[in-house]
Amino acid sequence: MNAPVINKRNSLDIAAARERCKRHRKRILEMTQSVSALHVGGAFSSTEIVDCIYYELMRPGSNGAVVGAGAPDTFLMSKGHGYMIQAVVLEDLGILKRSDLAAYCTPAGKLGVHPDYGIPGIEASTGSLGHGLSMALGMAYAEKTKNCGGIVYAVLSDGEVQEGSTWEATMLASSLKVNNLVGFIDNNNMQSLGFTHVTHPSFYPVVEKFEAFGWECVEVDGHDSLAIFNAVTGRRGDRPLMVNCKTTKGRGVSYMENVPMWHYRSPNKAEYEQALREIDGAGK
Amino acid sequence: MRNTFAKTLYECAVADSSIYIVVADISPAGPMADFQKHAPERFVNVGVAEQVMIGMCAGLALKGCQPFAYTIATFSLYRPFEMVRDDLGYQNLPVTVVGMGAGVIYSTLGGTHHTMEDVAVASAIPNFRVLAPCDPQECVEATRWCAQQKEGPVYLRIGKAGEPNLTAGAEPFVFGKVRYLQRGTDVCILSYGVITAKALEVAEALAAAGKSVSVVSCHTVKPLDRDGIAQALQRHKQVIVIEEHVPEGGLASRVKQIAWDIKSDCDLATFTLKDEFIHNYGSYDDLLAAHGISVPKILAAVA
Repeated sequence: MNAPVINKRNSLDIAAARERCKRHRKRILEMTQSVSALHVGGAFSSTEIVDCIYYELMRPGSNGAVVGAGAPDTFLMSKGHGYMIQAVVLEDLGILKRSDLAAYCTPAGKLGVHPDYGIPGIEASTGSLGHGLSMALGMAYAEKTKNCGGIVYAVLSDGEVQEGSTWEATMLASSLKVNNLVGFIDNNNMQSLGFTHVTHPSFYPVVEKFEAFGWECVEVDGHDSLAIFNAVTGRRGDRPLMVNCKTTKGRGVSYMENVPMWHYRSPNKAEYEQALREIDGAGK
Repeated sequence: MRNTFAKTLYECAVADSSIYIVVADISPAGPMADFQKHAPERFVNVGVAEQVMIGMCAGLALKGCQPFAYTIATFSLYRPFEMVRDDLGYQNLPVTVVGMGAGVIYSTLGGTHHTMEDVAVASAIPNFRVLAPCDPQECVEATRWCAQQKEGPVYLRIGKAGEPNLTAGAEPFVFGKVRYLQRGTDVCILSYGVITAKALEVAEALAAAGKSVSVVSCHTVKPLDRDGIAQALQRHKQVIVIEEHVPEGGLASRVKQIAWDIKSDCDLATFTLKDEFIHNYGSYDDLLAAHGISVPKILAAVA
């Protein structure tokens, strides 16, 4: 039951990952032009993490898809307000349709602001913070005890690590030796009321806290797809892993980066065009 | 009743490998220890951590398991309430939240260990069903039902230890239907859970006074058997509700709603816990009496 759980793949095409992430960000921006209520900032801070999980870490099932019946691994967006990046990735993977995203937050559609269990590709309903790690733990424990071999990936916000329930799950996961659970903290240092480091200087250091709770924990640049990939594929595999991803809220668009109002605002036409130029120009 | 629950669940778990029990630091005495010994990987003790108990059950259910969350009722339902609502109710997962020692059974432990409003709280959550067996035998039926159903979450309200069996001569248990323990024509006593034993004592006294008395276990508090309640109101001159729960949101208020809806003209008397935290200690009967529930008080009010 406690054999190391390690991914088989050992390489990542960094140029392809960068192109995908540009595409995801531009698609989210495109959506902002028809819907006003969006968590763009938090989606942009999670972009490389979510992309890496779906495209590089999750293993395909017999039909070649990483999501759906027969796919061995599971993704859970514990920071439900990061749903936009998950939705555009699921569209990119062909799990959601363009028409699904077009009807986002409208009576004609089925997609709301937060992930809702039952939507294709959505494994759990989230939105209220501090629920995801416990559910991911239950899923991973089921995979282990039924010998199904699945790995469960969960993305948390740094804000939700403040929830006591997150620490209940953290303690239990290592006590149960659930080594097929991989968490990521989208550690963008921002929450609704200001900077996390101001609200909770005691949140730091992060890595040592999870290690003290019996997890393996590594810190990476959360916008470096290769670093994220290497952190997961290079893990010891005998215990749960937490990847503390240092990120920037609103990453990729200069006027959004670390500016609180972009938690929930949509850009106007001029801002939209500037954002597209910045994303297209990145890395050139 | 808790040992009966544990024994029944153990038997179900031997037959069905999808059943898991997730407990929060509660003594695995008797049959619970058998479960732990038989299937240690399906017996999880989370310690004093009820939020992860519920969240973990949700995760297990999302992977096709049939989990039970088990601890003292206040800690299984109130402490992790938002997990119960969102993870189980919103996602409509087949998880049974077992509230053990519900009501004021923990009579000397004070209000922190009393569960006086759990039926209202659990019933208010969409998708939740609420089961409250009246005796160990009915607990067997209720537990088996929970173990095989796949429709959604259940709050299973059970007692503790030493409850008498009341249902030996009763009609069969059917989920969602009221169950007559005995049938009469003058008075009908509606109850559920452990306090149904008091209903039978009242019935016996009324019978000695020449009344023909029905006693009904309303074990499925949600969805309540509306037609069954309506028939009880229509077929008896007097209906008495005895309930170990605050007045709001329990059986008494529901029966009054139904009586109003069907324009019932029967005499309806309800006996519930008070809408108060009572700082009394003593036996279970002492606590109930402090809340106004005792056989003499009920008889004085209804005779």
